[in-house]
Amino acid sequence: MRSYLGLYFTRIGFSVATALIGVFFALPLVWFIFAPFNPRAELGLSIPAPFSLANFEAVFQNGFAMRGLWNSLVQSVGGVILVGGGATLASYALSRSPIPGKSVITYILLLFSSVVSGSAAMVPIFLIINGIGLIDTQIAVILVFAGGLLPTAMFILRDFIDSIPKSYEESAMVAGASPVQAFFDVALPVIRPGIVVVVVWAFVSIWGSFLIPFILLRSSEKMPASVAIYSFYSEAGTPIVTLLAAYSLLYSLPVVILYLFVSWKFGFRFFGGIKA
Amino acid sequence: MKSFSLLSRGTGVAFLAPAGLLIGAFVIAPFFWVIFVSFTNRSLLGRTAVDPDFVGLANYFSLFDAATFFTRGEFGSSLILTIQFVLLSAVVGQAALGMLLAWMLQSVPKSLKHLTETVAIGAWILPEVVIAFAWFAFLDYENGTLNMIMEALGFPRGDWLLSFPFWAIVVFNTWRGTAFSMMLFNSAFSSIPPSYFQAADVAGASSWQKFRDIGFPLIRGHVVTDLILITMWSFNVFTPFLLTSGGPSYRTEILPIYTYRIAFRDFDFGKGAAVGVVVMLINLVFALFYLWVMRRRAKGVAA
Repeated sequence: MRSYLGLYFTRIGFSVATALIGVFFALPLVWFIFAPFNPRAELGLSIPAPFSLANFEAVFQNGFAMRGLWNSLVQSVGGVILVGGGATLASYALSRSPIPGKSVITYILLLFSSVVSGSAAMVPIFLIINGIGLIDTQIAVILVFAGGLLPTAMFILRDFIDSIPKSYEESAMVAGASPVQAFFDVALPVIRPGIVVVVVWAFVSIWGSFLIPFILLRSSEKMPASVAIYSFYSEAGTPIVTLLAAYSLLYSLPVVILYLFVSWKFGFRFFGGIKA
Repeated sequence: MKSFSLLSRGTGVAFLAPAGLLIGAFVIAPFFWVIFVSFTNRSLLGRTAVDPDFVGLANYFSLFDAATFFTRGEFGSSLILTIQFVLLSAVVGQAALGMLLAWMLQSVPKSLKHLTETVAIGAWILPEVVIAFAWFAFLDYENGTLNMIMEALGFPRGDWLLSFPFWAIVVFNTWRGTAFSMMLFNSAFSSIPPSYFQAADVAGASSWQKFRDIGFPLIRGHVVTDLILITMWSFNVFTPFLLTSGGPSYRTEILPIYTYRIAFRDFDFGKGAAVGVVVMLINLVFALFYLWVMRRRAKGVAA
């Protein structure tokens, strides 16, 4: 009897504590949810009355803001194509071809990619990009992101491909397909869910990043949204809060949508394990 | 008999080439190049930009110069600050809070569980500049949400980013990253057979006893994984820069921000590279430890 009462009180205590911690997590986000819809938004929290989309109108009419979002899209899509394509081919080769020392290669790549972090490598990456004359180009940002994300992408995909029976491709080849045909027509459709996860992860990583474009880009018309957002200041140097708030929400939307898509399709565990 | 394989060695190499080139150029080359540059006085402008001199260990001596090691704004002070930042925001903040949340979420109503998970994950997935700006508004002196609450509760307002900048980035990083630990521990706890806990309930065990004797011992392996990963991430995180730019007066200048200032504000690439090498050596220790743990677990040794 006593122990059931104890369980009951534990549940209540835990619920109260969880709710408090939940509030701690929610508080900094509350402003971000209301301010975009408030045409008189300031840094202070106030519930917009009435709700208005005027701030979004201002963002859509701001050519600089829209170009920032467009640049983010160009850089993310470009990076995703290289990461998705490169990782698919490479991890398929690591899984299916007789290259010696395959697991050593995978581990070494993983080791390098966690040692060479953005902050440790910013100097040499700047110098390499500078050396090949790509400073202030979008392609530089795309290449650097692709290189940095590929090892992890390959690691995830290789795990995935190893779990698929080889007999699918083998039977295609018995029926006369070439290895390359067996890859494109038989293996690729089966690997697709793994590629989707890697592609979404790479997109979200590039879309949200600040440091790499901040270091490699100079001209304001090439900046992605993450860097462009820092120019929404009035001439007096105060932030134009209404514009910033609405822009932040627009800029966050793809990440939220992709996250919901992945957790609906594959469950949390994928996303939880692969953010690096 | 020669084993049958789907791809010939040639095709395999061709398939590996695009990824290999990109990783070679932007992961492996920077690793070696940063070591090389750290022995030079390379800068962004002037003669040493095109024709740097070999300076041997001079950059390292300047980093580890005992006379300035503890001076604020110098390498040593930044390193100590970073270690405190990682211990407080990752180990104590993210891991402990994530563990507490995950444990409590096992026994709270479903709707509360989902709500809490949603906001914590929101803090984790939203782009860093958006999060930084939301926190800027949250901590604002004049109208910020936090000061509004402080006032309503009868406490004095605080100019948090100026008076407690270090604690601001510690709480910020805890807030930002706890979701990962929470999800990891949550799935670890749910993989424990419920009968273990039911048996303990029948014996009248308290929640703390169940945690200490059943929950924690069974997920110890996950704790190790979590600690290594979040330590590495927090050690390399640049996001606090968006909140404080390393200031005021270097009080939040953790190593990634310090590296950025030395290299891209002072244009001293040689010294910036030397810091990069030290950071990479520390990363290497963590990464090797992580791989060792993973391999041990893959081989089926109880973790």
